Amino acid sequence: MKSAIIVFPGSNREGDMVRALTSAGSDAQKVWHAETELPKGTDLVVLPGGFSYGDYLRCGAIAGRATVMDAVRAHAARGGLVLGVCNGFQILCEAGLLPGILMRNANLKFICHRQFLRVERSDTAFTRAYAKGQAIDVCVAHGEGNYTADEETLKRLEGEGLVAFRYSDAQGHTTPDANRNGSMNAIAGIYSTKLNVLGMMPHPENLIEDLVGGTDGRGLFESLVSSFPKAA
Amino acid sequence: MKARVTVTLKNGVLDPQGKAIEGALKSLGVEGIDGVRQGKVFDIELGTADKAQAEAQLKAACEKLLANTVIENYRVELT
Repeated sequence: MKSAIIVFPGSNREGDMVRALTSAGSDAQKVWHAETELPKGTDLVVLPGGFSYGDYLRCGAIAGRATVMDAVRAHAARGGLVLGVCNGFQILCEAGLLPGILMRNANLKFICHRQFLRVERSDTAFTRAYAKGQAIDVCVAHGEGNYTADEETLKRLEGEGLVAFRYSDAQGHTTPDANRNGSMNAIAGIYSTKLNVLGMMPHPENLIEDLVGGTDGRGLFESLVSSFPKAA
Repeated sequence: MKARVTVTLKNGVLDPQGKAIEGALKSLGVEGIDGVRQGKVFDIELGTADKAQAEAQLKAACEKLLANTVIENYRVELT
């Protein structure tokens, strides 16, 4: 499985993303934002976390309109997989690939801590290694993660089962305490209508080795890699 | 030709930054302030002298980048 990790000026989690994908068995390479095409045979595009363009204007606003994003849009339109984590989620929203927007955290603070997420469905290319309803232990690190959308969009996301993860406690219950950034419906991640684009604020790529405190993030990368037949 | 574009949050959209500024003004003892909403101002220089063309260019700039119309309104003034 070939993955392309897009690097914008100010991205800073691309190295962790390459490591997470490589250790799951993907051929992962970085792609500069000024490219007009994705590498041939790209199966998965990843927009990593960071502070693209210094979060100028709005988080993800300028990166969302970068040259390479036309190729990413075309890849998504073909049904290709796209994963955006943290700033990558913000970029997907600004690029129009996912609905809604990530606003300033309701408590106005940058939050950085371990966080449980409830896996809302386990039948997608991103989550098949998990069980539906499972609480996974990952972490969050963001100042603008407060998922906001209009009522109609929210209704559609819920109705069509497009919520991927919700902030929860260790038992998988959504509680006000668990939803520290104030996201609507405790949304931590959402899918596109065709389930091929996933944007999420938390960092699964942080928790892939016991050495750094946990491995619950691995499932996401293993799911992605197992969605493709192994190269001969 | 010069223009000023003002981008503000739509009514009803939570503005925690505006709230924080409001709180700071209160703690400074500035009285009589009932609410603060924060926005952005862009001063833009345009090459054209044609008003209609300028308005079309500014509308494109706002729709494509300057405002996220999910949560923001914009206002264009030619000066």
